[in-house]
Amino acid sequence: MATGQAQKLAKWALMPSVAALSAWAFIPLALTFYFAFLRYNLQDPDNTGWAGFSNFYYFFKDPFFIKDLINTVLLVAGVIMATVVGGVLLALLLDQRFWGRGIVRLLVISPFFIMPTVSSLVWKNLILHPVFGLTAEIQRWFGFAQPFDWFGKLPLFSVGLIVAWQWLPYAALILLTALQSLDEEQKDAAAMDGANRFNYFRYIVLPHLSRPITVVILIETIFILNTFAEIKVTSVGGFAGNLTYLVFSQLNDANDVGMAAAGGLIAVVLANMVSALLVRLVGKNLET
Amino acid sequence: MARAQSPRRTLIFTLVGWTVGILMFFPIFWTTVAAFKTESDAYSLPQNFLTTPWTLENFAIVQERSDYVRYVINTTLLVTLSTALALVLAIPAAWSLAFAPRAESSSRLSGWAWIAIMLAAAGVSFVTLYVNDWKVDNFVLGVVLLLLVVAPATLWVWTRNTSGTLLWILSTKMMPPAGALIPIYLIFNRNGLVFRDWGWINLSDFNLMDSLWGMVPLVTLLNLPIFIWMLFTYFKEIPVAILEASRMDGASLWNEITRVLMPMALPGIASTCLLNIILAWNEAFWSLNLTNKYAAPLSFFISEYSSPEGQFWAKLSAASIMAIAPILIIGWFSQRQLVRGLTFGAVK
Repeated sequence: MATGQAQKLAKWALMPSVAALSAWAFIPLALTFYFAFLRYNLQDPDNTGWAGFSNFYYFFKDPFFIKDLINTVLLVAGVIMATVVGGVLLALLLDQRFWGRGIVRLLVISPFFIMPTVSSLVWKNLILHPVFGLTAEIQRWFGFAQPFDWFGKLPLFSVGLIVAWQWLPYAALILLTALQSLDEEQKDAAAMDGANRFNYFRYIVLPHLSRPITVVILIETIFILNTFAEIKVTSVGGFAGNLTYLVFSQLNDANDVGMAAAGGLIAVVLANMVSALLVRLVGKNLET
Repeated sequence: MARAQSPRRTLIFTLVGWTVGILMFFPIFWTTVAAFKTESDAYSLPQNFLTTPWTLENFAIVQERSDYVRYVINTTLLVTLSTALALVLAIPAAWSLAFAPRAESSSRLSGWAWIAIMLAAAGVSFVTLYVNDWKVDNFVLGVVLLLLVVAPATLWVWTRNTSGTLLWILSTKMMPPAGALIPIYLIFNRNGLVFRDWGWINLSDFNLMDSLWGMVPLVTLLNLPIFIWMLFTYFKEIPVAILEASRMDGASLWNEITRVLMPMALPGIASTCLLNIILAWNEAFWSLNLTNKYAAPLSFFISEYSSPEGQFWAKLSAASIMAIAPILIIGWFSQRQLVRGLTFGAVK
């Protein structure tokens, strides 16, 4: 598109989106930054002014902060580990030829389309309920008199189970797409060279998957850092809350805007470290 | 694959594959079954799902008790309007990025100069706030301060080269909602940052809380980065030579876009819309925080069942099925496009 008129038009065609996204990205961030240094409590409107770093100080000192930070890391790490390992296995399975593969693919991908509030309540009540749930039923069938109380005893694990169920299809689908782009000739060559199944997987498949696995890890990290509905709806925020939930409860229960903003900034910094890596990776791909 | 597979191997993989598929799908299947049980059967021990008398009453009760139809209307409005708005914004942007790429920044200033300008603007607003004792009681002052911070950044992004702009658009999707929750909450609220009595104008009768006027732009902005990226990858696949040929034949820019480009890009646009419909439909963080009645979508509607009275599983299941069925079907149709939309072109 060499014509000058088109070039000029193209420049302006970009403007509305850039302006809208820029407002969305920078205005809340600037305000969060501003609030994080203020004394600002919705229940105490007269107490205002510069707070220095005290919001951060009290946020760090909040006993929930360390706990929720650990919960955040555990949730992200656990779900990613489960979905990447499970995703590779599922992708390898779906890459085989068998009867009804298309339907199985649909069944496997389905959890990804379920809204988080539905999957939370279904898992909490119908599946993991300690008396009437399906797991309780199965445990009784195996002879356990006292079925395990998942959400009572292991709230973080239960939340992780729900999140992993939702994200496993995503990992599997992306890794499957990558697997299918594996060169047929390479497969045949490996077979001819007498590579056994394990060596074929270890030296051909796994290196081929390393890049998509990185992408899955980065994108899932960004989304799972923000897990919220699963924690709020199952009402385990006090035990298995993460950083996002802590910010929410500072705003909602304590009405402390300054503290909540300080927490929000910490979340932004955490997410930015991951997204910088992802943006770099995507950028490299853009140039080729 | 040219090699033949032994029937035994196929049989084993069929068994394993179906087992795994059924296990993954089982919670959804179980919910569907429970939706047609009577309430006491849903709790009966041991669970029986073959002997239970089927019933449709749960669906009627859900509608009667919590007005399902209203939430469906809200969700549909939210999804359609935000998708339409995102299309209007994203098509020109993606067209510009794909067909008029810039190798160099169009501004004469270097990146460091832009950063210096942004820091200077932030410094000026800092001093202004300091002088005003950290209060912003004046509407105009607030707007000026915000513009001071935001405008340089916007101009910088706007003039960057194409890959720089694209990556910046991607990075806006990475912003954690926890970082934006507080300001958005206060902007939307009555007597918050915007909708209050400013002296010369009284805005305290308005707010954006629990209203589609607030939710639609918000969801649009949430999905806009994915929208632009996906459209960009589809537009990139259209050979420029075809567009040039139409220009040789004397087509105007308008005709070139509407008659040549759009028909070729239509499948891509459709699958972009489908993915974003799914994302908007399932959005939960902002719906749970910013709506509670009038503009509440289905994800909020379901969350109401988290603190129920008495036996409620059959009703919960019926409500869940009604909330997920439409999007599950759309998802099945668009699953092949999902990879493109959710990896930002990093996996091919």
